[in-house]
Amino acid sequence: MSTANRGVLASYEYLDATVDAIKELRKEGFEEITAFAPFPEHHIEHALGYTNSPIRIFTLVGGLTGMATGLSFTVFTAMDWPLVVGGKPILSIPAFVIPTFEMTILFGALFTVVGVFWNMRIPDIRAQVVYDPEFSGGRFGVYVTAPADRLGQARTILESQGPARLQEDEEGAAHG
Amino acid sequence: MATVTEKVDRATATHPDVSSYTEVNTDILAMLSRPGKWWWILFGLSVAGIGLLAFSWGNQLINGIGLSGLNTPVGWGAYITTFVFWVGIAHSGTLISAILFLFRARWRQSIYRAAEAMTVFAVMTAGLYPLIHLGRAWHAYWLFPYANQRMLWPNFRSPLVWDVFAVTTYFTVSSLFFLLGLIPDIAAARDQSRPGTLRQKFYTLTAFGWRGTDRQWHHFGKAYLFLAALATPLVLSVHSVVSWDFAMSIVPGWHATIFAPYFVAGAIFSGVAMVITLMVPIRKIFGLEKYLTVRHFDAMAKLILVTGLIVFYAYLNEFFMAWYSGEDPERRVFWERLFGHYWWATWIMLICNGLIPIMLWFKRVRHSIAALFVLTIFINIGMWFERYVIIVTSLSTEFIPFAWGIYRPSVTEMGIVIGTFGWFFFWFLLFIRLLPPVALAEIKEVLPPPMRPKPRQEVPR
Repeated sequence: MSTANRGVLASYEYLDATVDAIKELRKEGFEEITAFAPFPEHHIEHALGYTNSPIRIFTLVGGLTGMATGLSFTVFTAMDWPLVVGGKPILSIPAFVIPTFEMTILFGALFTVVGVFWNMRIPDIRAQVVYDPEFSGGRFGVYVTAPADRLGQARTILESQGPARLQEDEEGAAHG
Repeated sequence: MATVTEKVDRATATHPDVSSYTEVNTDILAMLSRPGKWWWILFGLSVAGIGLLAFSWGNQLINGIGLSGLNTPVGWGAYITTFVFWVGIAHSGTLISAILFLFRARWRQSIYRAAEAMTVFAVMTAGLYPLIHLGRAWHAYWLFPYANQRMLWPNFRSPLVWDVFAVTTYFTVSSLFFLLGLIPDIAAARDQSRPGTLRQKFYTLTAFGWRGTDRQWHHFGKAYLFLAALATPLVLSVHSVVSWDFAMSIVPGWHATIFAPYFVAGAIFSGVAMVITLMVPIRKIFGLEKYLTVRHFDAMAKLILVTGLIVFYAYLNEFFMAWYSGEDPERRVFWERLFGHYWWATWIMLICNGLIPIMLWFKRVRHSIAALFVLTIFINIGMWFERYVIIVTSLSTEFIPFAWGIYRPSVTEMGIVIGTFGWFFFWFLLFIRLLPPVALAEIKEVLPPPMRPKPRQEVPR
């Protein structure tokens, strides 16, 4: 189905125009919408109906993995060659808390970064079909894909909000 | 249709002179193209500093650690002092980027990128010192926790092993935090650089194909929040662990429970001072007055004032506790600090960190960029001497009078200490030329969003 889709990309100067365009498109039943913005804009996120991000799972799993690694590593090495140092117990848990804590943070951060790259679908440095260099400057963008027969309607909605630039995309794959 | 109702009040006061998003890009990205005379002068000085470092350290590697002034009883001297100094400097970057992010402090936006870069480069500088101090730097991999050939593992009860974990984790996490935050801004640099140039290729690679889609921003925002939440306890832990390198031993003057909070406060105190020292010339050279306003400096000065008071309280508390403990060696170390061989270092520390910051109570001082610049240099000097006092005075007069001794930094040590400042500034200066040194996206976030011009409604006057 998606092979028959085509896309249209509109660049806007104004935030309210962008949000209105997204809302109008969603009201008319267009679901494959990608919005572009120069900064994280929560009105756009609300308009697209975002709730939670799976990143938190990555962070949690990473943190727990790190904690398990740190604790088992310190405990294992102490048990592997039981040697009393400074009259302290072989399993000096309070001392082991510190490497364990650092490993929790380290793994949590590493997993978070892996998770965010995975979810953002980057790195992807191929030539960008659907893009306007102004999106990192000051403009907002709305890209919508639709079957060929509904494309005209999507185009009309995007045009009604007064875009600064309108581009048609022949391929229409879900680029976002 | 008024679907977006949020108005200008978001933070117009933060950057009242910046009117549009594109202006932010133009102003900040211009820093990447025009280095100017002062940049080259400073860069030349840093390269000279690296030369001094290479010469001094190379000399020490060939001829041995005997070239330093380190000997019994003072086995830790200028190297460990400067290690702690740079780790401390690093802390304010994470404070500004992570802790103030969680507290939603609006004034952090324009300074946090440079502060974060400072963190990464300061840890890189600090990381040199364990290697330098080792003497035989080619054995540096012994620091990492692996079993020796008889399967004996390192002792995880030792604060020095904790330090390896803390500092490497801190370096990794702060670099990740820094590089992740840079991606959208590198994309902006990519979109604005001329096609086909080397710069454009560099930014295309390092932007990883960022396009600023809703999906990317959504996950990016969440990841940034979690990284900030992870970095916050981390930053507090790192300098605590560094302080335990001292406090876990029974050396008089070191064995105190106040050390962890005392060191963390001192780290933030010196780090924020360093941010001001760095930002004042950058603001001047690159004309960033619109972005780094007096308000930003005022907020940082207040941070210095608060942490400075904590540090000064810790000083007084140390002296009181030494007297109150009734322990002879403890009392003597603190007496020696004030009136002994190293009295000058202690008084530099007390005056620079205790008395000079008192001036920050006055709004006129906080609002004078020149005054802040001078004052923060004094604080940086004072904080270096704080670590010097703690390390050297305690070790030189431990328990047995027979074993007392005087330490004096050698020329090699001074060359290395001065040289690593060149190393730090080398990376920092390259950073402000190659990567956007002010966070474009976050500044845009606090600017009033552009709205469609309203249909004209004449207001009767």
